[in-house]
Amino acid sequence: MEWEVVIGLETHTQLQTKTKIFSGASTAFGSEPNTQACVVSLAFPGVLPVLNQEAVKCAIKFGLAVNAEIAPRSVFARKNYFYPDLPKGYQISQYELPVVGKGSMTIQVGSGDNAYEKTIRITRAHLEEDAGKSVHGAQEGMSGIDLNRAGTPLLEIVTEPDMRSAAEAVAYAKKLHDLVQWIGICDGNMQEGSFRCDVNVSVRPKGSDKLGTRREIKNLNSFKFMQQAIEFETQWQIETLEDGGSIHQATVLFNPDTGETRAMRSKEEANDYRYFPDPDLLPLAISENDINTVKARMPELPEAMKARFEAQFGLAHYDANALTGSRGTADYFVATVNEGSDAKLVANWVMGSISAKLNAEDKDISASPISPSGLASLIKRIQDGTISNNAAKQVFEAMWAGEGDADQIIESKGLKQVSDTGAIEAIVDEVLAANASMVEEFKAGKEKAFNALVGQAMKASKGKANPAQVNEILKKKLGA
Amino acid sequence: MINKSLKQLGAMLQGKEISSVELTQEFLNRIDRLNPEINAFITLDKDRTLSQARRADEMLSAGKGTALTGLPIGQKDIFVAKGWRTTCGSKMLETFIGPYDADIIERFDAAGAVNLGKTNMDEFAMGSSNETSYFGKVQNPWDRNRVPGGSSGGSAAAVAARLCAAATGTDTGGSIRQPASLCGLSGLKPTYGLASRFGMIAFASSLDQSGPMAKSCEDMALMMNVITGFDKRDSTSLNREKEDYTRALNKPLAGLKVGLPKEYFAEGLGPEVAKVVQEAIVEYKKLGAQIVDISLPNTQLSIPVYYVLAPAEASSNLSRYDGVRYGHRAKEYGDLMDMYCKSRAEGFGAEVKRRILIGTYVLSAGYYDAYYLKAQQIRRLIAQDFENAFKQCDIIMGPTAPSTAFKTGEKADDPVAMYLQDIYTIAVNLAGLPGMSIPAGFAPSEDGKRLPVGLQIIGNYFDEARMLNVGHAYQQVTDWHTQMPEGIE
Repeated sequence: MEWEVVIGLETHTQLQTKTKIFSGASTAFGSEPNTQACVVSLAFPGVLPVLNQEAVKCAIKFGLAVNAEIAPRSVFARKNYFYPDLPKGYQISQYELPVVGKGSMTIQVGSGDNAYEKTIRITRAHLEEDAGKSVHGAQEGMSGIDLNRAGTPLLEIVTEPDMRSAAEAVAYAKKLHDLVQWIGICDGNMQEGSFRCDVNVSVRPKGSDKLGTRREIKNLNSFKFMQQAIEFETQWQIETLEDGGSIHQATVLFNPDTGETRAMRSKEEANDYRYFPDPDLLPLAISENDINTVKARMPELPEAMKARFEAQFGLAHYDANALTGSRGTADYFVATVNEGSDAKLVANWVMGSISAKLNAEDKDISASPISPSGLASLIKRIQDGTISNNAAKQVFEAMWAGEGDADQIIESKGLKQVSDTGAIEAIVDEVLAANASMVEEFKAGKEKAFNALVGQAMKASKGKANPAQVNEILKKKLGA
Repeated sequence: MINKSLKQLGAMLQGKEISSVELTQEFLNRIDRLNPEINAFITLDKDRTLSQARRADEMLSAGKGTALTGLPIGQKDIFVAKGWRTTCGSKMLETFIGPYDADIIERFDAAGAVNLGKTNMDEFAMGSSNETSYFGKVQNPWDRNRVPGGSSGGSAAAVAARLCAAATGTDTGGSIRQPASLCGLSGLKPTYGLASRFGMIAFASSLDQSGPMAKSCEDMALMMNVITGFDKRDSTSLNREKEDYTRALNKPLAGLKVGLPKEYFAEGLGPEVAKVVQEAIVEYKKLGAQIVDISLPNTQLSIPVYYVLAPAEASSNLSRYDGVRYGHRAKEYGDLMDMYCKSRAEGFGAEVKRRILIGTYVLSAGYYDAYYLKAQQIRRLIAQDFENAFKQCDIIMGPTAPSTAFKTGEKADDPVAMYLQDIYTIAVNLAGLPGMSIPAGFAPSEDGKRLPVGLQIIGNYFDEARMLNVGHAYQQVTDWHTQMPEGIE
């Protein structure tokens, strides 16, 4: 039988607010345990939550970015369960009425000829508070509780079960990861847990419109693990069903060391969270005016920017797409073009050499040692014929290594292209004299010999001769 | 002097006839003498109290005194106060020291009032007799064998026994008004949202409201000026302009339309209470009030609705007492679950456990719609009853409690009988309206004691100034509120 995998995602994005969602305590990461836990974070008797309006603005921003409905009235609810890192014994979340309703996001899957676009429906996004952390093993026989993170604002983004492969799920997660950073609501730091995905996976016979029983893979904090986890889980479910077994709803964890998923708790053991509206908080009211205020300060979104790049700079769809893959890349591209560089050249450099370097060194574009104005000065020297494309690559390498600016490097390495017609004619004459046999071959109709002669001339000029001029002069001299 | 009102004592302090330290010491001496039996206070801290009195005297000498500067006030032990042990009447918080000040504590502090001590209460404010307190029962000063009411029983007994000039209380279903009624005091629960809940240990968040318990309406007006006001730390606090609650005290009552709900005078009301309340109504007619018969048809549903909603909220509010960060933790336990179970089993009393169980049940999957949601719907109907009633009248009057103070232990094993104590008060909390109880006379007990009876006055939203006016007018022509129990000299 042919099987189809059905995937939906729930993503917890930590919002970039200075203070917690229901108190004035700081949200900075990495402080000494419990130094960022005020009486509200610690759930002392008598304390009350007060909603941080910055978190609401983040939610509105996200809603606008995915063309979602933004609820004029949403409700905070209490999710009740006991855990040592949950100080109140309940988490304040949103249940029946979330702040962001139905929306959608278009993703690009695959590359080259196999690439395709797909629209993923967003079911909802809601505001909630994060829990603290349990610290095991710091002290013999004891567990510690660090409540610095307790109360950090989260936006939980839920999709419909619209993805049909691990590749689609990863493409969605990456796109979402880019988007939340693009609109400035999340720092996207997956190691620090700012962006965590829960993936619901089920399988069904291809062609069936009935959903299979799903298992939820919790807390995936890298795209690589997500890919591996979904692939393993899908295979496991298919094999289980083909062996005559059945799938039980469960929460599973992915073990990166073994590459396997394993059930953590089954549905039967699941908590009854006893949700009810939090009487300490009024319903969250959002007016048209509130939305418009946020809208006015929204950055240009990737889709709009992509269309603009195509129209304004004549970039290909694929290039425009790549350049708007992250806010940093787009900003870098625009800044370089604004320095007066040719947009297509900039696009080639950003997507080519710069991207390759960043990948190799696992760096973000914001950490590029070559600034947009640095790249612009390099491109300027290509455009005005000072250096050849080959020389440009050497200049780029040196700039990346921090050896100076483009002009300094061109100067110190003597990479200036020779464009003096007299000088090139002299070199060409020498080459023709020294390679009489090649000249004969060319005259006998061997086209390849021409290229060999160009190569000789370039070699003789130590690569500095302007190749276009070499071509031209050679053609003239050979009467071609 | 102990029977003087806040206003009179305030005038003496302002006139330097007495210092705050002297006045405070006088009450501390009375507490030393009488509290061992009455048990109205859980925690005293004489050093802190007297240092506040000294500061008040400095304020007064510097001419910076306010109406309440230097006056010793009992604070219900539900309010977190910095440096003070704050128990909420529970073993769970037996050793808990407040790390911050509740809004109400800050406000009294800013007014220069003196915190005389933390008063006894039903555990987590759950009870109508003060018998659920981990720190022991409280005696009703009018008959030491009887309960003072609850949950603000310690505050009520303290004011009734003249152990303090006035006290604060909180009222979730009648916890200010019922003990005020049983102890012969004036008590007011303001409109929900007028007084901040910040630092008031939560029982049922959508119903809890703090308010004054004093000897007269005039004193309550002074306290209301301190207690109420916007607090951005409480999202349900109302951002309204500050009011002067004394402004309308002396208005004439001619033409006041007083509604009498027929449901409040039906079966269940003790005849001795009915008689006193009827006599008070006659007094109001003399003052120029017109009587209107009204109906609050959903009154009988208020108790079942309350005993779904209040426990539901409480079950969640009390989850934080898990033994992890503060409060009682069992000495010996196996794993985490065992620690939770033992700590909570040992730390909470029977009534609190009963309500946690009820609340957990009504919020459970499969029961939520039938209980919690249905109760919320009926809650709206109850509020609607009052909305309709206030189209016919300015103010509603009736009994505060169905009976006078009952004997200690009499209802302790019968929760439903205990819950019925709040039949006339609960609807007011469900609707978020202001409610008040004032002394309206006495009824004899079977053993010949004089037991106070309270008249309840319910106003429309934000109509506290008028309610205080209505109460004050009555207190100008009666002296029930100035009478003192015997044996407290």
